Amino acid sequence: MEFVFDWQAAFASIPHLLTGIPWTLLISFGGLAIGFIIGIIFGLLRISPISWLRWLATTYIEVFRGTPVLVQVLFIFYGLPQLLGGPINAVVAGIAAIAVNSGAYISEIVRGGVQSIERGQREASLSLGLSRTQSFRYVIWPQAFRRMIPALGNQGIISIKDTSLFSVIGVGELVRQGQVYIATTFNALEVYFMVAILYLVITLSLSLALRMLERKGLVGQ
Amino acid sequence: MNDEHSQTPSSPEHSIVSLEKLNKHFGSLHVLKDIDLDVTPGEVLVIIGASGSGKSTLIRCVNGLEEYQKGRLHVDGKELLPYGKSGQSLQAIRTEVGMVFQQFNLFPHLTVKANVTLAPLKVRGMTSQEADTTAERLLERVGIADQADKYPTQLSGGQQQRVAIARALAMDPRLMLFDEPTSALDPEMIGEVLDVMRELAREGMTMMVVTHEMGFAREVADRVIYIHQGEIVEQGPPHEVFDNPRNERTQNFLSRVLQH
Repeated sequence: MEFVFDWQAAFASIPHLLTGIPWTLLISFGGLAIGFIIGIIFGLLRISPISWLRWLATTYIEVFRGTPVLVQVLFIFYGLPQLLGGPINAVVAGIAAIAVNSGAYISEIVRGGVQSIERGQREASLSLGLSRTQSFRYVIWPQAFRRMIPALGNQGIISIKDTSLFSVIGVGELVRQGQVYIATTFNALEVYFMVAILYLVITLSLSLALRMLERKGLVGQ
Repeated sequence: MNDEHSQTPSSPEHSIVSLEKLNKHFGSLHVLKDIDLDVTPGEVLVIIGASGSGKSTLIRCVNGLEEYQKGRLHVDGKELLPYGKSGQSLQAIRTEVGMVFQQFNLFPHLTVKANVTLAPLKVRGMTSQEADTTAERLLERVGIADQADKYPTQLSGGQQQRVAIARALAMDPRLMLFDEPTSALDPEMIGEVLDVMRELAREGMTMMVVTHEMGFAREVADRVIYIHQGEIVEQGPPHEVFDNPRNERTQNFLSRVLQH
């Protein structure tokens, strides 16, 4: 059998595939934004002096880090409506799944970042009369955040790719659009190739943006 | 120098720091044992002792960076309670007590100037113009006005420590604590930091200094305290402690550190 890669078909699929990108981006960045907030909260609870708060945070992290995103989104989309008594929008379910999943990983990134700051920084800021909150806000957090950037970038890329799983609940994201297109043209080879290329474009852009942010952050470190 | 301060201070009411039977444990380790100590305003107190003797722990108790378990501690008229239960008054005390650390502990993400202005802006509520003026004056005083816009890591160790002193002075403290301020410095940079401290002492700043610089202690201290295994074993004016130590353990310690 002769190997043929139909470039024309590949390019022809692009306009259709592009309609999936807004959904991919919405779910990724919407979920990551919420995940970041969850991560800050649970990351800090994880190092709280109060033991039951630490326990709460640890439980959350272990549960959502230890179960697959696919199972999480199926649970939210098909499972939760049975509890709530009404259907959940697939996009909302996707955003929620990315949020709780990335939130668990980001909690650990935040914890590691904050704990990596030398004890002397806290002592120096407190010795100047800053409150604990001020010490965290003006001294610890800005330094911790810079150290977290590479790990946050990794998590961003992982979560963007995870959204491809949400084709199973019918979200019109990139993979889903590929499947829909293939159903009429049968060009699986070319279309999935283009789908992969488009994911690469998104993830590489993010990598590049983060590298620039990191370089800017290097000043003064 | 400062002869009026060289006698042992009289009563707790006149002292800016007062420790009564202070005890501190790290787990099963008894680090400070029944420490009684009063520091009068304007006094320069130098604390010497072997490493692990408890001298750093002692001054870290004064601004609450270490908790103590038993005894009483007053700083600047406010009581600091045992087990770190001081709450708001702890922050009030820290606002009036500056500290300089062995490892400088400058904020690496802020410029030299921003290091100095942070606390005046956030704690004292100064306007940025006031804070800037203060910072410029203090950086000038410690001899690094021209480095104000650099970041700490771009400076030498001696310069960093002088910034740290300026940062503490920016809060206009009533008392300065120095925790081995020259121990992390290359030998050629020790002098520039000691010069700034000498100048501060001359201007009447109350200082508690933990140091291994015996020359500095002899020259600048009003009183020297020797701590051995958590106890004040000997104290007095520098010429007495250094030239005529009464306690055998002080004699041993001094013969070891003054040999070279």
